[in-house]
Amino acid sequence: MIKQIGFFIEIVKGSIITARHFWVNLFFHILKLFHIKTKRKGAATIQYPDVRQPIAYRHRSMHRLMKHKDGTPRCVVCMLCVTVCPSECIYVEAAEDPDPEIQKYPSQFIIDLTRCCFCGFCVEACPEDAIRMDTDEIELARYDKEELVFDLDKLLG
Amino acid sequence: MIEPIDILISFIKVIMAMMWFLILALYLTWLERKESAVMQDRVGANRANIFGFRIIGIFQPFADAIKMFFKEDFTPKFSHKFLHNLAPFLSFYFVLVTIATIPFAGDIKIGEKVIKLQVLDLNIGILFVLAMLSLSVYGVLLSGWASNSRWTLLGGLRGAAQLVSYEVALGLSLVGLVMVYPSLKFSAIVESQGALLFGFLPKWGIVLQPLGFIVFFLAAMAESERVPFDLPEAESEIVGYFTEYSGLKWGLYMFTDFMKVLIIACLLTTLFFGGYQVPWLAADGFHFPWGGEWLMSNGLVVALQVLIFNLKVFFFCWLQILIRWTYPRFRYDQLMDFGWKLLIPLCLINIAITGIVMSFIK
Repeated sequence: MIKQIGFFIEIVKGSIITARHFWVNLFFHILKLFHIKTKRKGAATIQYPDVRQPIAYRHRSMHRLMKHKDGTPRCVVCMLCVTVCPSECIYVEAAEDPDPEIQKYPSQFIIDLTRCCFCGFCVEACPEDAIRMDTDEIELARYDKEELVFDLDKLLG
Repeated sequence: MIEPIDILISFIKVIMAMMWFLILALYLTWLERKESAVMQDRVGANRANIFGFRIIGIFQPFADAIKMFFKEDFTPKFSHKFLHNLAPFLSFYFVLVTIATIPFAGDIKIGEKVIKLQVLDLNIGILFVLAMLSLSVYGVLLSGWASNSRWTLLGGLRGAAQLVSYEVALGLSLVGLVMVYPSLKFSAIVESQGALLFGFLPKWGIVLQPLGFIVFFLAAMAESERVPFDLPEAESEIVGYFTEYSGLKWGLYMFTDFMKVLIIACLLTTLFFGGYQVPWLAADGFHFPWGGEWLMSNGLVVALQVLIFNLKVFFFCWLQILIRWTYPRFRYDQLMDFGWKLLIPLCLINIAITGIVMSFIK
């Protein structure tokens, strides 16, 4: 019986906590309505498309391919990124480079973003630092799936 | 002999009561989203706009309604077509008619005419409302059966189990009240709540029947089938009685839920918080117990009464939404324990105490 009364007190306490949150937050919302600046805010929400937070330093966003100084891609088609990719979304086709030092260059480099899971393994695997994920582009929703298949020109930017 | 003017007045009263009921129920959806958001340190729906005017998302209910209208109204092949279509309307209708008995304010006097601000002053008002609210549960049971699917059947079963565990307590909790204000008529109950106890305390139901109020409030929360008691629905597991409904018919069920919240707020106000009565306000103005007087015209008194009635109703809507967003759901057996082992004994104790006290006072 005493235990039950204890439960009942805790139940009432719970609703007092939620009611307190309601009135305190409402108070700060009303202050904001009258343009009174306060340190505390009524809500923890960030109004995303209007207000943006800075993206974290180590974030992974849309891929890009790096270039040599003369504009040719740094990629040497070692196929490490294709091998390591868990969602198998990278397709690379090699072509022979006239320069015997480089040997190969990619004639096709396709990333299918409909499959990509943004794990960043391709970036870690790359021995030439030819692929990076630091374009800060995170809004990748498209109306058409075809637009999400990125080829060499698009990736080189 | 019924005069045409009386028919016109009745017609206007019906329209106004219905408009009040439906528009407030529509805005309860908005209030629920906003209140829950503010409680949880969020902002809530604020994107719906008309020509770029957002006004804290005040147009959200209309956006929701438009969405409901244009969704596909799907009736599964395996269901019983006629009953499947009938069920939501049954639920909706029986809740809608209950508003007819709620008194909104005292009498308006226009010349010789005395107009009651109540659509229908039934002699058995309380019984009528309880009966209609119980009948609305048939919509739940019917939809559970007619959809002919396991999940809806489960929801309907749970609805029936819930019905038998709270309905008795809901009726019994009002017996004490009916003993104190010896009437089943809403207008008579509200009028007797205008009297004073010991010369200064308003004779409201909460003062005379505190135990009855608690039991009625809990049983009425169960009646509304919202979260602490949402066994038939179980939104989080999606095994509710309206699993097979979509579009506007589903919307009707959702709307009925909010209408129930509103009608329960109305009942709590009318029965236990003096209805439209303002403390010490009589038909001709304030008469303070310490001797002061502040006379007012009839129109002003009625306006004040309507305002205070609405404020009380809003408070109870707020309280119900607060409870809905604070507590987790009762388990199946816990609810039955709660109904049969706690609420009904409390009701009987309440009736006994009321009877003993009344016999001593007489």
